[in-house]
Amino acid sequence: MNREDFPMMKSGYIYLDNGATTWKPQVVIDKINDYYTKFTANAHRGDYDISLKVDNEYENARDIVKEFINAKTRQEIVFTSGTTDSLNLIVEGFFKDNIEALDEIIIAESEHASNVLPWFRLAKSCGAVVKFCPLDENHYVTLSNLKKVITPRTKVISLAMITNVIGDLRPIKEICEYAHQHNIFVVVDGAQSVAHIKTDVQDLDCDFLAFSGHKMCGPTGIGVLYGKYELLDDIEPKNLGGGMNESFDNIDEVYLKPLPTRLEAGTPNIAGAIGLGAAIEYLQTIGMDKITAYEQELRRYLIRKLEEIPHIKIINIESDSGIVAFNVDGIFAQDVAVYLNKYKVCVRAGNHCAKILKNEVGVKNSVRVSIYFYNTTQELDKLVELLKDKNKILNEML
Amino acid sequence: MLDANLRKEIIMEHYLNPLNRQTIEDKNYIKVNTNSETCIDNIDLYVLFDKDTIKDIYFNGEACAISTSATSIMIKLLKGKTIKEAKELIDEYYKMIKGEEHNEELLEEACCYEDIYKQENRIGCATIPWRGLMKALDEYENRK
Repeated sequence: MNREDFPMMKSGYIYLDNGATTWKPQVVIDKINDYYTKFTANAHRGDYDISLKVDNEYENARDIVKEFINAKTRQEIVFTSGTTDSLNLIVEGFFKDNIEALDEIIIAESEHASNVLPWFRLAKSCGAVVKFCPLDENHYVTLSNLKKVITPRTKVISLAMITNVIGDLRPIKEICEYAHQHNIFVVVDGAQSVAHIKTDVQDLDCDFLAFSGHKMCGPTGIGVLYGKYELLDDIEPKNLGGGMNESFDNIDEVYLKPLPTRLEAGTPNIAGAIGLGAAIEYLQTIGMDKITAYEQELRRYLIRKLEEIPHIKIINIESDSGIVAFNVDGIFAQDVAVYLNKYKVCVRAGNHCAKILKNEVGVKNSVRVSIYFYNTTQELDKLVELLKDKNKILNEML
Repeated sequence: MLDANLRKEIIMEHYLNPLNRQTIEDKNYIKVNTNSETCIDNIDLYVLFDKDTIKDIYFNGEACAISTSATSIMIKLLKGKTIKEAKELIDEYYKMIKGEEHNEELLEEACCYEDIYKQENRIGCATIPWRGLMKALDEYENRK
């Protein structure tokens, strides 16, 4: 769908690494260009026309995000540099003050490094415990499995809505309902989900949500931290500086601004934020439901074709996203990726930053195809064609 | 320069049937891990020194065709060499990797990577075992 909107299409690449980042439509590029060519000024300094325009555009982007994920108020939307930045801010800014020795943090082995390492550090520093939710036979997280590891000491459950290797959609709404009945916070890593499925934070009732702009047609270096107002208001700003203080006369009289500005010290990523706003508006013109349905269709198509190839072992036959992870029997994942690159097909090989997932699925490395709405069945046909002949791969992979 | 087909043959032979691939428990061997930031290769080297000589080397791990073969080839080349000779080989190998003049006679089969400098994403793979070897040499010399 909508291939003509993407200048990168002219490059001739078949881009199947959308889990890593996505291509950008012209409208997003134009928006960023406009900021740098037509109204460059700083935000929050509205003494002259173009500065006022920047201010309006920047805050408008916040409103767009708010509507997009259905937050209750615009104060609940904080711009960060990306999912990693958001998750670190949640852990260091909120949970550091709300978790103590022997408290329990629950994650899963299929989490991305950015939803593992900040928790490891926090647990180590305060003597808390990181526990892993056991996965079911499809490597999924289920509420019943979660219940097995929840104890009265459980303080927080932090999970990706969709994981970046298995691609399973977690039952976050049910998890939140159960967790809140037991006074447990729920943090959602939306890096792989917000771009692909409709996200409604009020319906999910999650406490925090983190996601990145560049995985959803937006620019790099911009992301979002959503938090319920009363929780976000409790976050200790990581950075202090310009833009976020109300006044300071001496060391004892420092007054900070309200949310969300308090958490956005310094000149923000203005081009990034308004670029993200444009990306969201673009996705909305297509329709998130339509995007989800189309990606599912493509995924089923690819699975059907790959299943016909005997030397291909698919790791996640069942999955709710556009992610397909597989291996070619006897050929190292990276060699497969290098071979495909010779035909301008971009896929990712590796452990995909989910380094402890290997304990679970027994496979350390894999080739990952991640689909977006601008991919086509013709592109997948080309991929399948290239994978059909194992000797061809062996002959050409060097 | 080796013929392109021959180069490929050497690489594939050492990839599909690598020599000296085995985990060693013997504590007399110096164990070093070698990997790269950009790719997913992960190799353990086990090096046994005897005075000024590399008496024995093994490796194990998960890695791509280039780094697996490069490891197998390196080990074959280095077994029994003196540390001085090994250092000379490291120099020659790196010259080749950079696309510079190098001593083909000394490098023997390792010359199969003569062309690798043209493939930027593979240079890291071809140097993985050699970086591991340098680590092991450092460790041995620091112990002395």
